[in-house]
Amino acid sequence: MVMAIFIAAFPPLTGMNNYWVGILIFVGIHSMTTMGLSLLMGYAGQISLGHAAFYGIGAYSSGVLTTKFGIHPIGAFGFGILLSAAIAFLVGKPTLRLKGHYMAVATLGFGEIVFIFFNQLSSLTGGPSGLSDIPSLRIAGHPLEGKAYLYLVWAFVFLFLIFSLNLINSRMGRALRALHSSERAAGAMGVDASLCKLQVFILSAIYASMAGSLYAHYVTFISPSSFGLMFSILLLMMVVVGGTESIWGAMLGTAMLTLLPEYLRGLEDFEMLVYGAILTFSLLFMPHGVLEGARKLLIREEKEKAKDG
Amino acid sequence: MKKKILLPFILTLMAAIPFSFHQGFAAEPLSIGAVFSITGPFSFLGEPERNSAKMLEEQINAAGGIQGRPLKVVMEDTKSDEGQTVLSVRKLLEKDKVLAIIGPSTTGESMAIVPIMEKAETPLISCAAGLSIVTPKEELDRIFMAKTFEMPKRQNKWIFKTAQTDTSAVEKIYEHMKKKGIHRVAIITVTTGFGDFGRQELKRVAPSYGISIVADERYGPKDSDMTAQLTKIKGTNAQAVINWSVGPPQVIVTKNWKQLDMKIPLYQSHGFGSKRNIELAGGAAEGVLCPLGHILVGEKLRPDHPQKAIIMNYKTEYEKRFKAEVSSFGGYAFDALLMLRDALRSVGPQKDKIRDYLETQIKNWPGVSGIFTMSPQDHTGLTKEAFEMIVVRKGDWAFAD
Amino acid sequence: MSLTSQIIQYFFTGLTVGSIYALVALGFTMIYNATGIINLAQGEFVMLGGLLMAFMILGPQIPLPIAFLIAILTVTLVGILFERLAIHPLPKASILTLIIMTLAGSILLRGVAMVLWGKDPYGFPEFVRGDPVQIFGATIQPQVFWILAITILVVFAVRFFFERTWIGKAMSACAFNPLAARLVGINVRFMVLLSFGLSAALGAIAGAMITPITLMEYDRGPLLALKGFAAAVLGGLGSGTGAIAAGFIIGVVESLGAGLISSGYKDALALLVLLFVLWVRPSGLLGSPEESELRKI
Repeated sequence: MVMAIFIAAFPPLTGMNNYWVGILIFVGIHSMTTMGLSLLMGYAGQISLGHAAFYGIGAYSSGVLTTKFGIHPIGAFGFGILLSAAIAFLVGKPTLRLKGHYMAVATLGFGEIVFIFFNQLSSLTGGPSGLSDIPSLRIAGHPLEGKAYLYLVWAFVFLFLIFSLNLINSRMGRALRALHSSERAAGAMGVDASLCKLQVFILSAIYASMAGSLYAHYVTFISPSSFGLMFSILLLMMVVVGGTESIWGAMLGTAMLTLLPEYLRGLEDFEMLVYGAILTFSLLFMPHGVLEGARKLLIREEKEKAKDG
Repeated sequence: MKKKILLPFILTLMAAIPFSFHQGFAAEPLSIGAVFSITGPFSFLGEPERNSAKMLEEQINAAGGIQGRPLKVVMEDTKSDEGQTVLSVRKLLEKDKVLAIIGPSTTGESMAIVPIMEKAETPLISCAAGLSIVTPKEELDRIFMAKTFEMPKRQNKWIFKTAQTDTSAVEKIYEHMKKKGIHRVAIITVTTGFGDFGRQELKRVAPSYGISIVADERYGPKDSDMTAQLTKIKGTNAQAVINWSVGPPQVIVTKNWKQLDMKIPLYQSHGFGSKRNIELAGGAAEGVLCPLGHILVGEKLRPDHPQKAIIMNYKTEYEKRFKAEVSSFGGYAFDALLMLRDALRSVGPQKDKIRDYLETQIKNWPGVSGIFTMSPQDHTGLTKEAFEMIVVRKGDWAFAD
Repeated sequence: MSLTSQIIQYFFTGLTVGSIYALVALGFTMIYNATGIINLAQGEFVMLGGLLMAFMILGPQIPLPIAFLIAILTVTLVGILFERLAIHPLPKASILTLIIMTLAGSILLRGVAMVLWGKDPYGFPEFVRGDPVQIFGATIQPQVFWILAITILVVFAVRFFFERTWIGKAMSACAFNPLAARLVGINVRFMVLLSFGLSAALGAIAGAMITPITLMEYDRGPLLALKGFAAAVLGGLGSGTGAIAAGFIIGVVESLGAGLISSGYKDALALLVLLFVLWVRPSGLLGSPEESELRKI
């Protein structure tokens, strides 16, 4: 039934022009990343302030391998996944042992270090001047652009969604949620805490990497500035503002924070101020995320109706 | 239960839909798009650019428009972000159906949209300096690999720029150094697109002026202090130091240079061209050298200089309206829009004709940024002659000897 | 310039930026101790301190000591307002939500600064005009001595506050065990308010001191917050002494790294040090393992 509603939302999009298609592509790409982050934060209870790094690793893998080494995009895609997973494993093992804020800072430091490497390794990445002429993806010789790319991205989003939802409802997912509430109790029940956390961390890194690869083939020009601390923080905000408790929350938050700047375009100088104000107020009134806030509103309405009825 | 969760999600998605049915209206006015970094770290570029474009738009319309039709400049803010630039340009092309676009403010943002503009066969006049903007990648790689220094022979069909290429600024500096007998140089650059490109060109052009680079230091755009890097340079046998950045870091480097009492001259890039930098350096800028476009020394030009009139007109208008000093950046936008006005006046609202006009009819064209001569091999139209070597003396610009 | 002179120069530069990191880190620690939150708007307090000073000295030409006081007080007020409007109304929110709230607040403050002062950098003259001082071949600006002196003064004042005064001891008690503190009659809510006010003041002092050397603009905050936060954690969250020490350590490592190894990678070096320390000692240099157990995000 979920699928039906989902697909029902799509046909109206056929009348849309390229501008909004572009925005929705970004919403989709960002969602892929925030879904992974949501699994990590909402379900496994870990925090990552450096996820832009994995996104960037995916983007640069795709970019560098296709432009400098002439490797087919799918190969580059796969390489990005493997590289991100490997790095997530190496970094995750010692970092996931840390608690709360310490882990936050460690991931932050990691993200920054990766960013600095993107900037410094100019012979490979093009450095601050960026990497251009990344080829677009093709199917049977036809380049994927505009709406076709939109469908591609959202197909991925859909797959991720199905996979994630299955994961949440599986044994692993229940183990994760047990972990989140109390590591000690979960441990007593036979859950291997560190293994679980590491697995989710690696998974979220893979999600981000795939999103990054899609980003690279879409904008065809990437530079380190898109993969810095600001983006990591933005991803985090998307998850929290939408609602950490669920994947849907993450997607809602992503949609909001990607669309919001578009609506605020005309404000020029006041844009940052209004953006900050909107975020502040939405957190103030809906501290568990907009999804929860909306749900509570709907529940309250139902209660009102029940009272009157 | 699931419906309740899905609802807000779909609502947000559907909120996007009404906008897709918005119809653009018929093109009575002539629409030109403008993308500048009006907010974000590069707003010191985008603001004067926006101001100049708006000012010229009003001047043109006050004089009756172009062939009786009003000029409409549709302004977009890239927020100094490449992703945003892509979105803004897409909007201008699809929604506003502009005839041409001026901007962006930085090389990075320009690079992001070059393929889009080429594909849309719409002229772009960028206000950024990078050679990579107007030159196809293979051609750029070719000249970078070449044994001797050369400039490109092919250019991207639809892409032009009004900002002098960094290479010309580098050449001007090296020309001056050669005159002064300087051959050992230390460079210190910022890790942004502008700084990185400058660094590349500084290294590439050096041998042909007999210059060797003895130190190569770098810093980040939001760093507060560069004394460590300059200290390291002080320990070498460099005869001069060149800093390549724009914005606050230029001032910090200047202050650090003074603080460390470095006896060797400091050369800045052409990004230094704003009196504010001299003020903020608080006296430390005395003696600093940089290549600047004529716009900044307008009053000091001889009356018969071909750019004198256009510069003084622009300067007086701008300073009166915006109560701020003119800058090179604002000049780039002004020249870009002015070129488009000339093109539209001459060939009318057709993208390919506009492009052809820009490539073939802009010859010895006096703008505020320089005297432009475009050609199929050169879509910038400016050489190092667009620069004057300037020294800061008594808090003001002066021609260096 | 001899290598020794160079190293001394790097050292002093490191101490200079290090004191800013130290003050910011101390601010982080204070708020963390009282609330468990990481206030990511800390960098904005520094920025506001610097810009307010510049504005008062350049515009109405208010004498420096008075401008200093007004700037500190105003930013303290901003900190208090922030706590009242954004933190106080959410007693049941998770710590993560509150941290994101401070992020939203930092964007808001930056937006305000941008509207008020634009994107240009501002500076003002040093506290006392003077020629750079030569120490073994290294040139040190007089402002650096002011920064070091004031930082040390502030550190002692804060220690005195926490160890000798009644209010200070009450704040420490809250950090340790809020419930017990409340039972003993301590107004925990007030302590939270106070911690924000004090942190804001610390940030403002840092900003006011560093602006004559480095100028200040509306978006300098985030990078400073990043380094200050890293320092607070490196020193061990909850330990004020650790935060200060770590701030100086990061400053010096950065500077020595830039000078002796590579300026491009200097930030990476400082962060690598941070990562290795955390991997080896998960609660930071001076932090306690129990402390890290207590606070969950």
